[in-house]
Amino acid sequence: MDYFLQQLINGVTLGSIYGLIAIGYTMVYGIIGMINFAHGDIFMVGSFLALIMVVAFGVTAAMPLTLLILVLLGILVVAMVLTSVWGWTVERLAYRPLRGSFRLAPLITAIGMSITLQNFVQLSQGARNKPVQPLISGGFTLMGGDGSDGSFVVQLSYLQILIIVVTTVLMIGFTMLINKTSLGRAQRACEQDRKMASLIGVNVDRTISLTFVMGAALAAVAGLMFLLYYGVIDFYIGFLAGVKAFTAAVLGGIGSLPGAMLGGLLIGLIETFWSGYFSVEYKDVAAFSILAIVLIFLPEGLLGKPEVEKV
Amino acid sequence: MTRWKENPVLTVEHLTMRFGGLVAVDDLSFDIGRGDITALIGPNGAGKTTVFNCVTGFYKPTEGRLTVRHSSGDSYLLERMPDFEISRDARVARTFQNIRLFGGMTVLENLMVAQHNPLMSASAMSFAGIFGLGRFRRAERRAVEHASYWLDKIDLVERADDPAADLPYGDQRRLEIARAMCTGPQVLCLDEPAAGLNPRESAELNALLMYIRKEHDTSVVLIEHDMSVVMEISDHVIVLDYGEKIADGTPDAVKSDPKVIAAYLGVADEEVELVEEEVGL
Amino acid sequence: MSDLVSESRLKASFKDSGIAALITLALSFMLIGMRTEISIGGLAVDYRWAAVAITVVVVFAGRMLLNMYVWRPETPRTVTFRTVLLGLSILAALVIFYLVDRFLGAVAGLSPARAIESNDWLWILLLLALAVVAAIVATALLGLAEKRAAPTGPGAAASIKAGLAPLGKWLPLALGLLAVAVPFILIEWLGSRGSRQYLDLAILVLTYIMLGWGLNIVVGLAGLLDLGYVAFYAVGAYSFALLSQYFGLGFWMCLPLAGILAACWGMILGYPVLRLRGDYLAIVTLAFGEIIRVILLNWYDFTGGPDGISGIPRPTLFGIEFDRGDDGFAALFGLQYSSIHRIIFLYYVILAMALVTNFVTMRLRRLPVGRAWEALREDEIACRSLGINTTNTKLSAFATGAMFGGFAGSFFATRQGFISPESFTFIESAVILAIVVLGGLGSQIGVVIAAVVMIGGFEFFRDLQEYRMLVFGLLMVIIMVWKPRGLISTRKPTIGLKRRTGISADMVQEGQG
Repeated sequence: MDYFLQQLINGVTLGSIYGLIAIGYTMVYGIIGMINFAHGDIFMVGSFLALIMVVAFGVTAAMPLTLLILVLLGILVVAMVLTSVWGWTVERLAYRPLRGSFRLAPLITAIGMSITLQNFVQLSQGARNKPVQPLISGGFTLMGGDGSDGSFVVQLSYLQILIIVVTTVLMIGFTMLINKTSLGRAQRACEQDRKMASLIGVNVDRTISLTFVMGAALAAVAGLMFLLYYGVIDFYIGFLAGVKAFTAAVLGGIGSLPGAMLGGLLIGLIETFWSGYFSVEYKDVAAFSILAIVLIFLPEGLLGKPEVEKV
Repeated sequence: MTRWKENPVLTVEHLTMRFGGLVAVDDLSFDIGRGDITALIGPNGAGKTTVFNCVTGFYKPTEGRLTVRHSSGDSYLLERMPDFEISRDARVARTFQNIRLFGGMTVLENLMVAQHNPLMSASAMSFAGIFGLGRFRRAERRAVEHASYWLDKIDLVERADDPAADLPYGDQRRLEIARAMCTGPQVLCLDEPAAGLNPRESAELNALLMYIRKEHDTSVVLIEHDMSVVMEISDHVIVLDYGEKIADGTPDAVKSDPKVIAAYLGVADEEVELVEEEVGL
Repeated sequence: MSDLVSESRLKASFKDSGIAALITLALSFMLIGMRTEISIGGLAVDYRWAAVAITVVVVFAGRMLLNMYVWRPETPRTVTFRTVLLGLSILAALVIFYLVDRFLGAVAGLSPARAIESNDWLWILLLLALAVVAAIVATALLGLAEKRAAPTGPGAAASIKAGLAPLGKWLPLALGLLAVAVPFILIEWLGSRGSRQYLDLAILVLTYIMLGWGLNIVVGLAGLLDLGYVAFYAVGAYSFALLSQYFGLGFWMCLPLAGILAACWGMILGYPVLRLRGDYLAIVTLAFGEIIRVILLNWYDFTGGPDGISGIPRPTLFGIEFDRGDDGFAALFGLQYSSIHRIIFLYYVILAMALVTNFVTMRLRRLPVGRAWEALREDEIACRSLGINTTNTKLSAFATGAMFGGFAGSFFATRQGFISPESFTFIESAVILAIVVLGGLGSQIGVVIAAVVMIGGFEFFRDLQEYRMLVFGLLMVIIMVWKPRGLISTRKPTIGLKRRTGISADMVQEGQG
């Protein structure tokens, strides 16, 4: 039971990170119907930007807590802004010129961009792992006392709380943004019918750009969380995280924001429990198998709308 | 007047199709006579295309039985067959409301694809074909001749080697019919074949359908809104409204049926006489 | 008047380039300018502002040039002019990059600087020569096309294709003859020691051509987007390696077995996913590819895990081995033993395999099954209405493509003598797909051109080790933006009543599956 609880906590934390990345996939797929293959690498770029700032500002766990939180918040904002610029640029260079073109072309440019981003970061930042010291340590012990009697200790760390809280807040804010603002309305209009939206005065190019910007900003948040949680990153983290986040988006029903979050949580939980109870080596197989199974038996996902074949 | 009941090629019994809560077709029964041209008419949303989709297997009917009887005596229950078998074995071919040609392939290639199944068995699942054996080459020559025959009938021999997407609209409509005919159907279902045609093209279409009826063992069922086409060429008219059959008979009988007029004018049965008086009928 | 126009153009270009430079600054000042290095007590930042400055200036200047001369020129520019300019600027960029990397390395902080050696001048000359050749070829091709296109007006696009038709007729034959002659030309020219490296490269290119042709069946003809093609390559390679390890079978015995096994896997993986469409199919095939790789990586007892399998037997020529022994190839044919013999043999083996792939594909296209593949790509619903069993048709495309992947895989295993899961990552699938799409979906000769350019070019710039993957990715983006339908995009009809003329790509669908 205690082991189960610990896995649950870890799974929810991991799932939050996947969910944040998944939103980027789901929004882009919703609006232009393509898999933004480079999104995982945008997440990686966001993570690196956060890392550079953490190192450059000499952020350590020894700082006073309030200062530490303020600095991290600042880093988060700057990373979000700069990563957004990356997201915008990728869209502008690789996808916009191909708008309305053949379906395979943007997929290839997306793969090309993914390769480019990975190798750009590998070149400019080096291929080696980048470790940082844990910045936020400590937490609540939920079960098992101090561990001196040899029982299993269930811990909910402050970092995990932070990750879950930030994700929840962002999710709520984001859902409001999509449902209540004119930008969100424009986005939904473009999803339904891009030509019609432009006829009634929606600036389609700008709306799509903003979608990429928002997706990238959330990926940057996920990037910082990932850095803090695992304490080590490299230029290749984007690929696996990207595929898993995409799986999450599909599982939840592509195009649906709550679906992306739910899918992220499920993938995080499945991966953690699989590693905890079966084998760590095959945890990626578990994630990929779920992707395949979901797509085959439930192509519209958990919260998505079914697609009707028109004859 | 029940000629079509004596020797039907297609019998539809108690066909019902529901989409969730929506009943698109409700307990519909009718017969299609062998060698007839039958028109299925009705206002928009009456469920005509749904009937076609059930007959050709693109939808699985919720309830009902669909039977095709070939002139050879074989019969097939369509509701149990997947779509491609309905075309291959039960020999029911169709066209689409929004034309579905293979646009990037030539006109001739379109007609060759329609003869896929006989050619496939002649090529021994491709193995004989790879080595260019004589049997396959003969079969292919026959297929080209068959295609040329239909190209001649639709007057497109000159354009045989042009991509289908390059043809004008009316030619595309006729090519789609010719492609369906290349499968050697017993029943040919045409979904609004005259939609978007100019009067000359429409007349050519009528001639083509009359030719098919005269020269081929193929019965034609068509959905059509253009009443001049319907009245001119059809032997039998079935009228649907809200998924139910409201009239079934010869064109003349249907034309004067008050229920049909009511359905088309969008008024209740009792008011028909009133309306007729008003418009001076 | 014209002064006014050019002045406003200058201003607009300046503004645009300025914005581009600012964005570049935002993108790069941290990632390029602040490099995190491992030092005592954790990471430290190494500042390299010079590199940022160079990047920003290069972007500004490049954008300025593009704005002034390429994108919105005052006098209308011909296609030729723009193509030549594009080719030249790409190569100029490569040259600049090379120079910066070599000699200004210390300034930019990218890599250590060193003195110019005579060898480098050779490189630079070679690059310049390449630029000139590329420009001349592009001019000739486009000039020809423009001339033919001119009189017809509306059908201009079609007649450009028609203009290139005679080229399309002779190019395959010429390339085939060249391919057969390559080993002799190389040995004559560079000697057996010097040509080895180039023969190896030729073998690699041919392997990718074969893989491209195999995938072309699935993606180009049937319109099914497969991002996990490398799985079948892996199945082929591992089938052979394991069969030889456990049962001692040789290459020629295993080759058909590997193909059959890969085809079976193609059907097993294909069956459940075929009702998926488009990107979903792509992502599931990607997942399957990764699953196979992770299993190969972790099933230590059977596959050797990350250590891979070594000691895979080399192919023999009707039982004759290529070794020093008395009954080896050299001894039997009275030649001086040389390791190049085996390389040449391998070259001809893969050439033959690739040609067989091409022959079978071309043949299949003209058979009912091939036409059904293409019809499936055009409109699946219409196919079903014509009595075509779409599931079987898709499976046959998947299995045929997988089979050729399997053949290529077992060739890879026998050539390397060693395989490990590292060779079968997603990036390989992406490269093969890129070759097919860049070459032009469904075009056999397009695959050849794309493979030669991408793989050949890629290996050619081996000296720029760290940059070549970056350039590779950028090239994928640039070529796609420039020609979204690939380099050769005309579809040739499979049968003609009187004539067969190419069909322009605008009409050809790319499939939903």
